Amino acid sequence: MELNELYRDVILDHNRKPRNFGGLEPADASVEGFNPMCGDRLTVRLRLADDTISDIRFEGQGCAISTASASLMTEAVKGKTRAEALQLFDRVHQLLTDDAATGADELGKLAALSGVREYPARVKCASLCWHTLASALRSANPQALPAVSTE
Amino acid sequence: MNNIALAARPASFDVDALRRQFPVLSRLVRGKPLVYLDNAASAQRPNAVIDAVNDYERHHHANIHRGVHTLSQEATALYESARDKMVDFIHARSRNEIIFVRGTTEAINLVAQSYARPLLQPGDEILITHLEHHANIVPWQMVCEQTGATLVVAPIDARGEVHFDAVAALMSPRTRLLACAHVSNALGTVLPVRRLIAAARARGIVTLIDGAQAVSHMDVDVQALDCDFYAFSGHKMYGPTGVGVLYGREQLLERMPPWQSGGEMILSVTFAKTTYNGLPNKFEAGTPNISGVVGLGAALDFLQGLDREAAHAHETALLERASAALSRIPELRIVGTAPDKASLVSFVVAGVHPHDLGTILDEDGIAIRTGHHCAMPVMEFFALPATARASFAFYNTFEEIDRLAAGVERARKIFA
Ligand SMILES: Cc1ncc(COP(=O)(O)O)c(C=O)c1O
Repeated sequence: MELNELYRDVILDHNRKPRNFGGLEPADASVEGFNPMCGDRLTVRLRLADDTISDIRFEGQGCAISTASASLMTEAVKGKTRAEALQLFDRVHQLLTDDAATGADELGKLAALSGVREYPARVKCASLCWHTLASALRSANPQALPAVSTE
Repeated sequence: MNNIALAARPASFDVDALRRQFPVLSRLVRGKPLVYLDNAASAQRPNAVIDAVNDYERHHHANIHRGVHTLSQEATALYESARDKMVDFIHARSRNEIIFVRGTTEAINLVAQSYARPLLQPGDEILITHLEHHANIVPWQMVCEQTGATLVVAPIDARGEVHFDAVAALMSPRTRLLACAHVSNALGTVLPVRRLIAAARARGIVTLIDGAQAVSHMDVDVQALDCDFYAFSGHKMYGPTGVGVLYGREQLLERMPPWQSGGEMILSVTFAKTTYNGLPNKFEAGTPNISGVVGLGAALDFLQGLDREAAHAHETALLERASAALSRIPELRIVGTAPDKASLVSFVVAGVHPHDLGTILDEDGIAIRTGHHCAMPVMEFFALPATARASFAFYNTFEEIDRLAAGVERARKIFA
């Protein structure tokens, strides 16, 4: 395993210039994720239109893997429905943990995270943002959303 | 029975010969010779310890203190001889002052629950410092919650130093206990414990010293220190995990009720009344970690066989070399620069998160610790989420420090 498999250019780039970084006001959901092992801390905020993630931003501090993963995640899930986003989480989780994971191609830029697999201690860094997103999606109150409340 | 040969006293400090006694130091990690710089988290074991545990498991194991048969007597003798060695090692007055526990954490909890809890009244105070390990914070928070006592925290300065005056100023008529580290695990700071203990004693304040990071680096003499309690772990002094010591002044231990109850700590049980056993067994309920204690005894023999002055001088030289080598790296900041430090360096590198640094160094076979080091208030004080920490033992070399510095440079390039 070579370090440049873990720290690919995409990862380094998203760490240096995280996309969708900062606050989001107002937000339909805001959840803070914390990894007590390493002190990584990030907040994911999102807006829903109907059932679709219309905007998502994150902020916090963490290692390169956790920052890049969050940045890539926000790009990947914007415009997706809740169900689609959660499905993507499953696929990313597989990519991070399962050597036999296939279909990395379909994951687009997220596939850059596949190097994490070789570093079990770092899987949590990459998945923190996804767990935080999942709990934000669960906590988002559909009643607060006019379009959904009528269904 | 316990035929561990004492290492011959070396004429000068021969690191290579010493390293050969630690089998793990010759292994490769990710194809590179291991550079083990995480000694503050847990030190490695020499053959003397591994062999003593092995010999015990193979030839002498039985439960202790309760058999007339040969094995039980041998096991008891081995276990109790480790207690005798410990009396010598920390200069306790007697065997009654050495309680074997699981480690520093359990030792502090024992004092919190058995000494402090029955004594504390609402409004009483427990004094600690800002640089304590969570193990010397949380047990006191718990006992404060249970009793209505207040936790008072003495400050550190920007170098991570604890000033005698700052702590003494917080000793009040309500202070019942001073609990502080001898050496900080997060910063390396050596605390002025001797003066603090004297000041506490003059005011009738009982003292507990968390010696987890001290016993491996310096000679600890509990009588000279004059503390009431001293807590430490076997695994940070080249012994096994799961075993440690609470030293307690006998008069205090005598008065304390047992903490846990069960076998070993009782003299007689009827359903109406139980009579507790005397010291030290009163505090060693249940079957203890016998092989761990035997291994710890072997670690003491090993340490006594070293030229400890030379070992200490070598560790100091390692600290100086590391501080100098790391300081030369641009964008690197050493966290914790007290004038009196044990041989560890906490640091951060701008643009490189400690966690990434840890992974990159591991790729070079270099083991350091990254994170908050179970001292989150210290991290908060320095406004850092985490640091990288390289901690040294007498078996480390200058070459290893150069490899550390080269590894840090490599990480900087990756993130440049
Ligand atoms: C200063 C200090 N206190 C307490 C502890 C806890 O020791 P243990 O985990 O062996 O109980 C440690 C270990 O990291 C320490 O460094």
